[in-house]
Amino acid sequence: MMAWAERTVEVAGTTVHLTRGGKGPPVVVLHRDIGMPAKSLFRNELAKSADVIVPNHPGWEGSRRANWMRSVRDLAVMYRGLFAELKIENAVLVGLGFGGWVAAEMATMAPADVAKLVLVAPMGIKPSQGDILDQAIVSYIDYARAGFHDQKAFDGIYGAEPSTDQLEAWDIAREMCFRIAWKPYMYSQTLPHLLRSVKAPTLVVWGDKDRIVPVSTADLYLTVLPHAKLEVIKDCGHCIDLERPECLARLVGPFIAG
Amino acid sequence: MHLMYFTEQPMSAYDAKEGLEYGATALTFSNKHFDPVAGSRLYGQYLEQYVYAEDVGIDGIMLNEHHNAPFCMQAKANIFAAVLAGTTKRVKIVMLGNPLPLAENPIRLAEELAMIDMISKGRLVSGFVRGGGQEQLATGVNPAYNRERFEEAHDLIVKTWTVPGPFRWEGTHYQHRVVNPWALPLQKPYPRVWIPGVISKETIIWAAKQRYPYIALNTSIPQTKQIWKLYDDTAAAVGYKSGPENRGYLARIHVAETEEKAIQNAKQFMWMQGEFTGLAHPVWANPSGYFSPGGRRNFVEFAVGRAKNPRGNPTFEEQCADGMILCGTPKQVLPRIRYLLEETRPGIMAVWGNDGNVSHQDSMTCIRLLGQEVFPQVREWAKELGLKSPFEADAPVSIAYARDLKQPTVAAE
Repeated sequence: MMAWAERTVEVAGTTVHLTRGGKGPPVVVLHRDIGMPAKSLFRNELAKSADVIVPNHPGWEGSRRANWMRSVRDLAVMYRGLFAELKIENAVLVGLGFGGWVAAEMATMAPADVAKLVLVAPMGIKPSQGDILDQAIVSYIDYARAGFHDQKAFDGIYGAEPSTDQLEAWDIAREMCFRIAWKPYMYSQTLPHLLRSVKAPTLVVWGDKDRIVPVSTADLYLTVLPHAKLEVIKDCGHCIDLERPECLARLVGPFIAG
Repeated sequence: MHLMYFTEQPMSAYDAKEGLEYGATALTFSNKHFDPVAGSRLYGQYLEQYVYAEDVGIDGIMLNEHHNAPFCMQAKANIFAAVLAGTTKRVKIVMLGNPLPLAENPIRLAEELAMIDMISKGRLVSGFVRGGGQEQLATGVNPAYNRERFEEAHDLIVKTWTVPGPFRWEGTHYQHRVVNPWALPLQKPYPRVWIPGVISKETIIWAAKQRYPYIALNTSIPQTKQIWKLYDDTAAAVGYKSGPENRGYLARIHVAETEEKAIQNAKQFMWMQGEFTGLAHPVWANPSGYFSPGGRRNFVEFAVGRAKNPRGNPTFEEQCADGMILCGTPKQVLPRIRYLLEETRPGIMAVWGNDGNVSHQDSMTCIRLLGQEVFPQVREWAKELGLKSPFEADAPVSIAYARDLKQPTVAAE
């Protein structure tokens, strides 16, 4: 059983809660819009060969809301500040969905200070076909379920009837998404241009049954990222780390090590 | 006592089955079911009804707006206010109200309202609202900043009306280089502002701190008393004594020549409760960040069907029994209104008379009976009970203009 240490760090006037475990090169995992479940097999797999740091975004569970924050880019800049506090350099950034957008922004800010970049069905770019699913008009459970192709995998993580605590956490997370990613919803119009300066080798992973961010968006990332390759997982939804954690770890582990 | 007429301006001319089949009659219920020919006819009828309300002696016309839903045809309350400014002579035009957070440019609102006030020769009451959750989604406005935008837009509009321009506004949600509109309200210091709402504590406290009358929208008598307690306590804390001139109440009252007809038409009030409120997703009405954090836990349970609607889902008969809907002949409803006046002591009363598919003819009859048989008696009782409107009490427009404060105030923040 992997031992995870918890701590809070003051940065930019807010408090970031993070968990850290494993030994090896620093790997920072940035969670998705609906948060990070307490039990994450994917996180444990990564920690077998890396120093895995999983911060909770400010405003999500455990981390105080930064009322001043107005954009996902603000969040990314704040994480650069967190790295300075923790003396993390040249980390691997692993971004899950919404966290992929954050990771992509961070990579554009300091292209020389990212060892590798892993984007798992990232938001952040306007899809060429279809739209990013609007959580504002669906219920908390329907939105979280839309992240899974295999509904049994959802049941296994959140339960067939998620707890009221979980619903509250999703409402808090949703409020924070609105505060920083309302319009345009869940993408940046300038990010695609900035991504051209990213130096890091990049792995983009997508589930071919993603109902949150259309899989065709992967091509847009591949077009602008100079050193990117794509892996598409068959019969998998948006939350790849939750639905197919071992499969994702088998792709990410060698990519980080290689 | 200020007595107003109100209707939601229902767009009832669509096939009710379509809404039931779709499962919602708001936000995403397709406007392919909207018939502009019927819309044009209904607008004409509603205008005729408002003008008639003035003719039969009613004091004010209450206007509101909603978006993406058949229950209310007013997509912009200022449009009807402008029409009434030009077509009526005496009635107050009472906006309850303009949804401030929806405004990307509050200066435009300040200009429009100033124009309405001048065209109507000073008959505007400029109420403001936060707007329902669905209004934010329908207009693309961030619900998480709803209250901040409401308060900032209010402050900007009041400054625009009271401080000579040009000035610059560098706020959190609004920035304007040159605030200097060549359109200012006729009424000084500025048109009265009334704040309608339900039971949102933050809004009640805010209204009381401003000394703006609060209009309780068809709340139950116990809820209404709780609202006045909070309002009165807040008023005392900031140094004034609140009374009927600070209190408004919206009641659903349908009157007809016969009890049978009145009951038949009053059932149309359920049109909205069955086909609008009952058929919208809770997360549309309360998007995350829109409501008080204190209500979060109860709300999320309601949103996924684990808890009952906090507002309940009473039947027509239950609502008639507990006074949430009054219907009958004028003689039948008057004692119920008397009870309401005694219990809640408002100085402003709005009567929501007609809803749903009530015919134009029956709507006109209801308005005539209200104006000629119900309201004269209500006015007499109001005098007896000391229920003065803000006009009769000559109440200050806001706390900033009060001359009777008992202690230094913390309001007008």
